[in-house]
Amino acid sequence: MPKGFVTITAERCKGCGFCVEFCPTHVLALSSAFNFKGYHPPYVHDAEKCSGCDLCGMYCPDFAIYGTRITAAQKKGANHAG
Amino acid sequence: MSDNLMLENAALQVEEALPESMNPVEPFLRSERIPHIWCPGCGIGTTVNCFARAVMDSKLDPNKIAVVSGIGCSGRVAGYVNLDSFHTTHGRAIPFATGLKLANPELTVVVYSGDGDLASIGGNHLIHAARRNLDIKVICVNNLIYAMTGGQSAATTPESCTTATSPYGTFEPTLNLPHLLEAAGATFIARWTTYHVMQLAKTMKEALLHKGFSFIEIISPCPTLFQRRNQMGDGLETMKFYKEHGKTKHGADTASLDMTKSGDIIIGKFVEKKDRPEYIDHMREYYTQKLGRPFEYQVKTC
Ligand SMILES: Cc1ncc(C[n+]2csc(CCOP(=O)(O)OP(=O)(O)O)c2C)c(N)n1
Ligand code: SF4
Ligand code: SF4
Ligand code: SF4
Ligand SMILES: [Mg+2]
Repeated sequence: MPKGFVTITAERCKGCGFCVEFCPTHVLALSSAFNFKGYHPPYVHDAEKCSGCDLCGMYCPDFAIYGTRITAAQKKGANHAG
Repeated sequence: MSDNLMLENAALQVEEALPESMNPVEPFLRSERIPHIWCPGCGIGTTVNCFARAVMDSKLDPNKIAVVSGIGCSGRVAGYVNLDSFHTTHGRAIPFATGLKLANPELTVVVYSGDGDLASIGGNHLIHAARRNLDIKVICVNNLIYAMTGGQSAATTPESCTTATSPYGTFEPTLNLPHLLEAAGATFIARWTTYHVMQLAKTMKEALLHKGFSFIEIISPCPTLFQRRNQMGDGLETMKFYKEHGKTKHGADTASLDMTKSGDIIIGKFVEKKDRPEYIDHMREYYTQKLGRPFEYQVKTC
């Protein structure tokens, strides 16, 4: 299970690519699909590598993406459920 | 639709059973106003993320923080932050902030604006607020031009840059803001670029907690008007340029901080002094001495 996950609000994105370039573990890639405004938002290309560090959130000029860490308790819960 | 595209589309729509989460900057934004007006790859939004983190980390009460902006793309910040904020006239953010601070000394007053607004039309106010060491925090988004009005040359434009008003390149010398402000008397001076998000957030937090005139210059891309005219690529290319050319030198001599078109950008915290009295403290002490009785700094609220 990854240490974190990333949430993308595709409709806010303007496709600048900052998050894709500066994610330390290369979790993201720019999609070839369009959002409503005609930009290419990122998608999660390698979810397992996400640490939830939120560096993508720090870089995103459009507040369209953020990372969340998964706590030990949440991981345990997920394991029980699984 | 190609398989690849279908896969990506599916990835965009995936809603996994993940823990509840929220973008940590969301409480600091007037969410109903987002998407904002800034262009793709503009750096201003990135600085707002850093500011939101700085406010959170400072543990200051957000109800006691006010943001004052002038006019310009950078000046739009006041309209997007979910704090008490004031969108003033061009060049006059500092005079408004001065009045606000004097009338409400308990507020943390942040001036958030552009290089043209703060250093060109508003340059005089900038100098005098620094001279007084008034406890306001000035965040200057320096995209090296007057962006909002079409990319004209500003006092901050480096030599030989092509702008709307200098098709053959600028020939005027460039204002070195940290140097100017150190000479004027500012007690906290730093510079980062929009690539240096962690450092910037930390410095913003320190400035929020510093007592006295604080100035943070943020070198920021304007891909639409500056980088495009200078064949310097888009926002991402500019961020990579900052990564490569940003050279951290804490305590660097501010005289060495001139901005050039494509050379290294010296970044870091250059000045942090506690040896000058803050303006309001100084006024209290001075009048107490002159009047021979404690000087009550009283504010009448209407
Ligand atoms: C008194 C006055 N003069 C000129 C203008 C036109 N004006 C609006 S924004 C601006 C430049 C802003 O430049 P800067 O502060 O660097 O902000 P940026 O758009 O680059 O972020 C100018 C000249 C104005 N609004 N008011
Ligand atoms: S940084 Fe934000 S706006 Fe830029 S591509 Fe990523 S999600 Fe989109
Ligand atoms: S949270 Fe961190 S690791 Fe996850 S996508 Fe964002 S930058 Fe990459
Ligand atoms: S014109 Fe330049 S500074 Fe203004 S929003 Fe666009 S990129 Fe940003
Ligand atoms: Mg500007």
